Amino acid sequence: MNEKVRMEGIFKRFPGVIANDGVDLDIREGEIHALLGENGAGKTTLMCVLAGIYSPDAGTIQIDGEKALIRSPRDAIRAGIGMVHQHFMLVVPYSVAENVTLGLNKPRFLLNERKLEEEVGKVAQSFGIQVDPHAKIWQLSVGEQQRVEILKSLYRGAKILILDEPTAVLTPQEVRELFVTLRQMAKAGHTLVIISHKLEEVMSLSDRISVMRKGKRIATVNTKDTNPTELARLMVGREMLFELHKEKATPGDEVLSFCNLHALSDKGLPALRDISLSVRSKEIVGIAGVAGNGQRELAEVITGLRSATSGKVLVNGKDVTNNSPRQVIDQGVAHIPEDRKGTGTAPNLCVLDNLMLKCYRVEPFKNGPLLNLGRIREFAVKLIKQFQISTPSLETPVKLLSGGNVQKLILAREIATFSELMIAVHPTRGLDVGATEDVHQMLLEQRSKGAAILLISEDLDELLALSDRIDVIYEGKFMGEVPAQADQIETIGLMMAGKKSEMQQPAPAGIGAQA
Amino acid sequence: MTWDVVLATLAAAIKAGTPILYATLGEILAERTGILNLGLEGMMLIGALTGFLICSMSNDPWLGVLAAIISGGLLAMIHAFLTITLRAQQVVSGLALTMFGMGLSGFLGKVVIGVPIASYFRPFDFPFLSQIPFLGEVFFHQDALVYISYLLIPILSFWIYRTRPGLHMRAVGENPATADAMGISVAGIRYLYTFLGGCLAGLGGAYLSLAYTPVWLENMVAGRGWIAIALVIFASWDPFKALLGSYLFGLVDAVQFRAQALGLAVPSFFLNMTPYVATILVLVFATRETARRHLGAPAALGLPFAREEKT
Amino acid sequence: MSIFLEKRAQSSRLLSALVPLLAIILALLIGAIIIALSGANPWEAYREMFVGAFGSGYALSETMVKTIPLILCSLGVGIAFRATLWNIGAEGQLYMGAFAAGGIALAFPQGQGWWLIPLMVLASLVGGALWGLIPGLLKAKLNVNEIITSLLLNYVAILWFQYWIYGPWKDPLGYGFPYTAPFGEGAWLPTLAGTRIHLGLAFAVLAALFLYFLLKSTRVGYEIRIIGENPQAARYAGMNIPGTILLVFAISGGLAGLAGMGEVSGVIHRLQPAISPGFGYTAIIIAWLARFNPWLTIAVSFLFGGLLVGGYSLRAFGLSESLVLILQGLILFLLLGGDILTRYSLRWKRSRA
Repeated sequence: MNEKVRMEGIFKRFPGVIANDGVDLDIREGEIHALLGENGAGKTTLMCVLAGIYSPDAGTIQIDGEKALIRSPRDAIRAGIGMVHQHFMLVVPYSVAENVTLGLNKPRFLLNERKLEEEVGKVAQSFGIQVDPHAKIWQLSVGEQQRVEILKSLYRGAKILILDEPTAVLTPQEVRELFVTLRQMAKAGHTLVIISHKLEEVMSLSDRISVMRKGKRIATVNTKDTNPTELARLMVGREMLFELHKEKATPGDEVLSFCNLHALSDKGLPALRDISLSVRSKEIVGIAGVAGNGQRELAEVITGLRSATSGKVLVNGKDVTNNSPRQVIDQGVAHIPEDRKGTGTAPNLCVLDNLMLKCYRVEPFKNGPLLNLGRIREFAVKLIKQFQISTPSLETPVKLLSGGNVQKLILAREIATFSELMIAVHPTRGLDVGATEDVHQMLLEQRSKGAAILLISEDLDELLALSDRIDVIYEGKFMGEVPAQADQIETIGLMMAGKKSEMQQPAPAGIGAQA
Repeated sequence: MTWDVVLATLAAAIKAGTPILYATLGEILAERTGILNLGLEGMMLIGALTGFLICSMSNDPWLGVLAAIISGGLLAMIHAFLTITLRAQQVVSGLALTMFGMGLSGFLGKVVIGVPIASYFRPFDFPFLSQIPFLGEVFFHQDALVYISYLLIPILSFWIYRTRPGLHMRAVGENPATADAMGISVAGIRYLYTFLGGCLAGLGGAYLSLAYTPVWLENMVAGRGWIAIALVIFASWDPFKALLGSYLFGLVDAVQFRAQALGLAVPSFFLNMTPYVATILVLVFATRETARRHLGAPAALGLPFAREEKT
Repeated sequence: MSIFLEKRAQSSRLLSALVPLLAIILALLIGAIIIALSGANPWEAYREMFVGAFGSGYALSETMVKTIPLILCSLGVGIAFRATLWNIGAEGQLYMGAFAAGGIALAFPQGQGWWLIPLMVLASLVGGALWGLIPGLLKAKLNVNEIITSLLLNYVAILWFQYWIYGPWKDPLGYGFPYTAPFGEGAWLPTLAGTRIHLGLAFAVLAALFLYFLLKSTRVGYEIRIIGENPQAARYAGMNIPGTILLVFAISGGLAGLAGMGEVSGVIHRLQPAISPGFGYTAIIIAWLARFNPWLTIAVSFLFGGLLVGGYSLRAFGLSESLVLILQGLILFLLLGGDILTRYSLRWKRSRA
């Protein structure tokens, strides 16, 4: 195989961090090359440089042996490079055809919708990609949207396709379908780069793997010559613990229970459809599911941020259905939100301001209408020490802390203020392995101390490691519940895709259909 | 209250609504690409003043209009530079533009306050169409600038919805990161339409000083720029709905003006309040409707965009 | 070689402090050009302005008189900004406060008790607060854009005010001019000996103290800061956002109303068509310039008070006072433009040929 892409000496700085520190990378034509590393290793930055989204501070790129100046996405497209991002770059109100042809000059002036859709349909077929050119993006499932993204690049004649964490939002079955498509494309001569942090997937899909860590390329290996342990060591620089120490489950009384919950999404469509569950103290119940099946709405209903159209939520036997967030907090419910920066903290304010977010209303931190700043400070200092939050000072703005430390801050605040019931949503999203381990330890510790934890996550490994039992949510309903054991993965995967487990009645057909 | 009075009032509504229509259309163009320009009042005043000045110096109202368009656009460029290239806060920049426009127009206009001009836009009968009963008397006995505004609506509508440049423009306002990744120049498009928005605002202002009441008075725009901003929301960023909103406002204005002729005995101060109060009510209604029907502002409205930033 | 902007990891504190100063200086320079183009000598014009504002005891006291309403309005606008609420309606709230206070004063023309002034103060606070609550309520309950509503209400407030002084409250002995009867002396705010500086100054300083204390040490102040920084987090934390919005608008409007009371009770001693040369609008710039800090607000208000008073001297040069508005707009532009330098740094990049 000859060399398709050669990147030499790529150097890219962002304020306060060096994302790419003199990276060399070569990619061969027709191969599936995986770029492996933890969050923050620099993989996405490197590929964004290749795709013209970032401009390197230093370094060169060669395509097919010739020097290529890639200054903008346009240049990259011209060089035959296309990128499918983790967060899809689609204009949601537009149709598939409009998105695929956006930015092109083909119909120079006048738009002819029908002709556009025909052309796009033809090209899609030629690549074997199933998608309806007339559909609007918001009508499509996540898997279909991803296909639109891939089609966008192929339509423009991309020979080199970069996919950034493509399986993050797919069910296990959709992942399999995607891999089939990708292998076909590679066989047809396309060059593929897959950015991932998932060892198993990378092992099963790629021909070669380049491991990145802290902005540098550590090594490139042939996939058939390596194994997950070696890869993990390269990724992390130390032996990784694959097993967490989890005590045997001894659940106590019921702390949280909700029954027959119905709720609507932001768009006014049903998001929760008759959902019921109970969580007892000293146990972690995991909710698995592909993003967008009602998890967010569930967490919001329980914590008072969204109203339930019917059904009940009970905390310690007390009916808290449709209480305000304030009342739920007063009931002693801790909430680790999905969105660290958008909901969980006020990033521009300092660590102190953020640590007191939940406790400033109670004695002894309040003094009538005033704040007892002295006590609050003491509390904050204690938390920082106890939870080992790394910050230069209490006055440091939270936005300067690393993702891991922000999450620790949130956890510290929530745990210290309430310890009975915790709703944790994607608690380790975007965190590196070290921080993830810390968070997992904290959650398990709370569990042994008696907390009841509802854990909502997209990471099956995390769910299996932490939960006692796992319920799978699909289109607002629970598909079934299984014990949190590795041998249940197939069942879980099927339920995530809408097939109820054999224990229950067979579900009606229709995978992938959106509500 | 005779039929004649009704027709006269409706025709006056169109006249009163036209400056607002121009400003609203201009702001729709800018906001569709994600740029919020609150400086309409200032741009209209500058347009009114330069139009008036040039017309009185050259005796040619069309030259005045040209001057107004250019000056409005230039003023908008200040806002564009601050908000697009320097990524400044769009709300404050727009307010500064209003203040600056008010100050500059007041300062330069001191010499021509109250001075009448000889040539200005007078209404004339549009051939053939003015013969139509009712419609003809209301719509087709107007001045040239009004007729131009009639044309502008379908042209802009077509441009926005049925052409590739329009597709790109809306993409920039909805999802600038995507548009950028697809090779569209986000900054370029924003600059262009902010400039055009300023031009139209200037034109709206010129209408006031060259057609509506051919005179220059300090602050003669009297808050119409702000009403236009509210109307953009009411119109859901659509040119045809902007037409509806502007003429509705024009009707309120025309009615309160003719209140005595129409037999209403209310102190003039309260009548003068009606346009502003009406706009507030319209805004309340529009806000609720927008939320209820999930109609949105362009998703990226008011937010600066920079490719290199990891958000 | 290309120059571009790169976001800083942390805002530069040095530049943060320098930029406002540079903005003012540059604005004055551009203003000088405009003056020169109008045929006058900029240095003489500026000198006259400076002398008129600060050049004598009398000038200083006049500047102080203009500073008082500016402080009050800017504090009000500033606290709203802190909660990311745009109160552009300070001007109208000022008029409503003046209306309320004036109404009390006119109702008791012979009033001579200690209670009259406090009653007027209360009336103006309530009047301004109520007027501020209209956009506040619309925002809190219906999420209506408060910029437009508060601004449109300015026009309504002024028309309302005018209705009363052209109509029912017109001085029967006033030869038909739209003035009310002069207030009885019991309704005059006491002034500092020999000057026109009135008790409103004490109100202004007290207000600054109050807001400083509110933001730093009270629960409500903390909530205001969180809501201003991240409303989503505020909601997550169980804060009562609509309630706080109402409170902020009430305080904001009340302060502006108090400014109105100061003007009619401490300076003009009656109601007349124009009681404010745009204090409410200037307050926006001051609040932005002073970065919503109560103490800086006082200092910057003094500067702008001087600008206003100095502006009157421009008449002698045949220049319009609108120049002051131009300067204000320029300062704000330059401030916005300069602000970028505190958040981003200029970087050079050598392009690889």
